[in-house]
Amino acid sequence: MINYIYLTVLLPLIGFLINGLFGPKIKNEKVIGIIGSSTIGLAFLVTVFALFETINLPVESRSNTVELFTWLSVAGLNIKFAYLVDQLSLTMSLIVTGVGFLIHVYAIGYMHGDKGFWRFFAYLNLFIFAMMNLVLGDNFLVLFLGWEGVGLCSYLLIGFWYDRKFEKGTTSEAAKKAFVVNRIGDFGFLLGMFLIYLTFDSLNFHEVFTKAVSFPVSESTFGLIAIFLFIGATGKSAQIPLFVWLPDAMAGPTPVSALIHAATMVTAGVYMVSRAAIIFTSAPTVMMIVAVIGLLTALVAATIGLVQNDIKKVLAYSTVSQLGYMFLAAGVGAFGASIFHVMTHAFFKALLFLGAGSVIHGMHEEQNIQNYGGLKKYMPKTYITFVIAAFAIAGFPGLSGFFSKDEILWFSYANGGIIFWIIGVLTAMLTAFYMFRLVSLTFFGKERFDHHHVHPHESPLVMTIPLMILAGLSLIGGYIGIPEIFSGSHGNVFHNWLEPIYAPALAKLKIYGSHTHFEEILLMVISVALALSAIYFAYKIYTSKPHIAENISKRFKGSYNILFNKYFIDEVYEAAVVQPIQKGSEKLLWKFADTTIIDGAVNGIAKLVDRSSNIIKKLQTGVVQFYAIIMMIGIAITLLWIILSL
Amino acid sequence: MLSIPIEYYLILSAFMFIVGVTGVLIRRNAIVVFMCIELMLNAANLSLVAFSSYHGNPVGQIFVFFVMTVAAAEATVGLAIIIAIFRNKLTVNVDEINIFKW
Repeated sequence: MINYIYLTVLLPLIGFLINGLFGPKIKNEKVIGIIGSSTIGLAFLVTVFALFETINLPVESRSNTVELFTWLSVAGLNIKFAYLVDQLSLTMSLIVTGVGFLIHVYAIGYMHGDKGFWRFFAYLNLFIFAMMNLVLGDNFLVLFLGWEGVGLCSYLLIGFWYDRKFEKGTTSEAAKKAFVVNRIGDFGFLLGMFLIYLTFDSLNFHEVFTKAVSFPVSESTFGLIAIFLFIGATGKSAQIPLFVWLPDAMAGPTPVSALIHAATMVTAGVYMVSRAAIIFTSAPTVMMIVAVIGLLTALVAATIGLVQNDIKKVLAYSTVSQLGYMFLAAGVGAFGASIFHVMTHAFFKALLFLGAGSVIHGMHEEQNIQNYGGLKKYMPKTYITFVIAAFAIAGFPGLSGFFSKDEILWFSYANGGIIFWIIGVLTAMLTAFYMFRLVSLTFFGKERFDHHHVHPHESPLVMTIPLMILAGLSLIGGYIGIPEIFSGSHGNVFHNWLEPIYAPALAKLKIYGSHTHFEEILLMVISVALALSAIYFAYKIYTSKPHIAENISKRFKGSYNILFNKYFIDEVYEAAVVQPIQKGSEKLLWKFADTTIIDGAVNGIAKLVDRSSNIIKKLQTGVVQFYAIIMMIGIAITLLWIILSL
Repeated sequence: MLSIPIEYYLILSAFMFIVGVTGVLIRRNAIVVFMCIELMLNAANLSLVAFSSYHGNPVGQIFVFFVMTVAAAEATVGLAIIIAIFRNKLTVNVDEINIFKW
């Protein structure tokens, strides 16, 4: 099936074309939904077969290229449209198509009755098409095609309900914000690509990464490339300083938040960094920057998440925070761990978002968790799956999040230092706290909604079955990456699987400090104990003693306000970036450059022509003999010249 | 037979041509201007015939016939135009025929 991997890209495209072109004619939601979901389901099957085929191959031939056609052939630049099927791209493809399929099915129920039903499925399929290009592309340009494609789909889907209000503006404003912020990152990525081409004379992954090992390239060049690529990643994956778009992206329908803004698209940056691992490990300074940015993002987003009241906002900040973890892992050289976290995070965060969607659906579009409470008995299936996901993200031992998060923490300690570990654990604690604050406020405690107008109800099976499958994956998904200390001689299966991809990169990295198993277990116990206590306190406080939370927020009103307003980052950006650009555009570019210089030049030329022709036209007297004299003089001069030059 | 040297013909031809050109440039009566154009044509004819005889090549003489034919046609059209203008403006003074001016 490896040779048919292009089907995984083609099928979503076909789905997009059918739904996009004929959707308004089909009208029948079931047909549209089935077309939309089945194309992704089939793509998933193709990926699974390709995976099994790859597993059966010997390790050294697991990386295969499927060439489709020559895309560009200009002078020295020769770009093939080709897909790279290897351990990393297969892992990502499985996540994208697998989780994507479940979310498509869920969306059939969630979007029921929406007037843009066909449009929604068309966009979703287009997104999967772009995302598959991103993860399967065999060179930077195909990756970039997908990279831009997912940005476009993200824009389209955030602004899907373009006529609805969202916070202070409309959803289209949120969509615009996402698009513009992404564009800043994309610019960095483009520069990185140019530099790669300049340095290695190729954009093909295999060639570039091979040359990166052997070419005599200075560390500063590597650093520059890596920092540009990382800027691209911060845009797409919502890291400091470009994370502001992701919380606003919650303006889109909830399945979109689950698929694009939690499980897949936002992990594109992580994928890209770990794909280009060799470039990053060749620039240790940038690795440090990546780790620090990741860590800071994780911490900052988690603190903001503590006090938000919109169920999707909490999850959005949690996503930003978890993405920070992934970059922390990549920054300390644990690329495998970061991809592992991408996978487990896709399971439980998609589940959390879909669960939240189910709650919102059952609560008549209410999103404020202060207006929930006691929903446990009304929506048991949503409740159970949501709590499983919450335990998974909090790192409850044995669930998927525990394995991936703990691995990241361990590597940040072993490879980064104790400070990385402390902040990481603090973030993990905060994560556990805000997740269970969310769970308690939503499912436990007093019912705070208006019983006359709101009648909570469980969602239909088409929505709850994907929840259950994802809950199953959140429960057991971590067992493919059991750390060595528990699994013994087998080692970490997931790491062994990805190891060949990172071998050249890790060879450049400084050797891990040697640490004992005792240390690893000790750190694990500490972090688990802290997370469990955070869960306990959050549950206690928000279920039975909400006044404690109120007292605390009153006592620390200043810091509470800062957190509640998200560190005023949006306001700072507004004042520091948006306003100057707006003012500058108006005063300088429009009023001065456009009106005075450009218009002035155009009008000035017209005036010049008008005036000079007014003078010159006097020569045309209309007296034919005058013309004849001029002609004669001309002829005479010409003759004279000819004679003299003989 | 005493042969007249070619230079004589050429000098006469040049003289006639200059008279023609001067007339075209300085006379204001359209009919005179017209006659001067004929004079220029004939000056050219004269030099053509002279060269033809000098080189013993008949092409020059044949060419002169064409020039005379064209000159006849031109005289017809030109005079017709002058008459038409005269009917309109009651003058053949070229200074007053400047309707193509800005």
